[in-house]
Amino acid sequence: MKLSVRVQTDDFDVAALQRELLRGEAAEGAVATFTGYVRNSNNDRPVKALELEHYPGMTERSISSIVEEAAVRWPLQAVGVVHRVGALKPADQIVWVGVSASHREAAFAACEFVMDYLKTRAPFWKKETGPTGSAWVDARQCDAERAGRWQAPKQQ
Amino acid sequence: MLTVLFFGRFREELDCARLEIELDASCADLDSLQRKLVSEHGARWQQVLAQDNVIRARNHEVATGNPALADGDEVAFFPPVTGG
Repeated sequence: MKLSVRVQTDDFDVAALQRELLRGEAAEGAVATFTGYVRNSNNDRPVKALELEHYPGMTERSISSIVEEAAVRWPLQAVGVVHRVGALKPADQIVWVGVSASHREAAFAACEFVMDYLKTRAPFWKKETGPTGSAWVDARQCDAERAGRWQAPKQQ
Repeated sequence: MLTVLFFGRFREELDCARLEIELDASCADLDSLQRKLVSEHGARWQQVLAQDNVIRARNHEVATGNPALADGDEVAFFPPVTGG
């Protein structure tokens, strides 16, 4: 499996990233991608700007370990993850996950798995600025629950 | 020497991103290090580092239990993550 993890301040080109998932041997029958954007509101509060902090070194390591877990669960050809840090504003692209595989089932599932785990395990912290000032974003229980679904015992 | 890092809300509330601490018996494991930080820095640190949701990492991996610390280790304290 080919793996690429990037943490960067610059914006990214999803078409170029998707092309990187294809290895030129036509073994991939499916590519699934997810792009996250900065919303203009959170919990009904307007968001004017967002600052993203991360833990250099641990971030790359934790994302790689999440992707390695995905590769144990599904047969994957390539996985790419890009996460932006620094100053962002509403409508900016913030995160991209792309997965190529022989078949769509693995590509869809692994893409969602990587995104769910990234939200609950990768060391990033958001600080939002609205009309009344700035505040650190609290972790959401629903994100923990989404990630927890992947650990639920398989249904018979 | 231990390197101790703080991120996100903790970094701001403690007004501290990084500390270098000499490894000795008073910080031979993660729990002792945390107690030492609180006792040396006072009430503000007690308040921040005593929260239920403190995540501790040792050498870029989330620590479970109370691992022993070795010279050169990098330890980090941070709140639950909010990326993506």
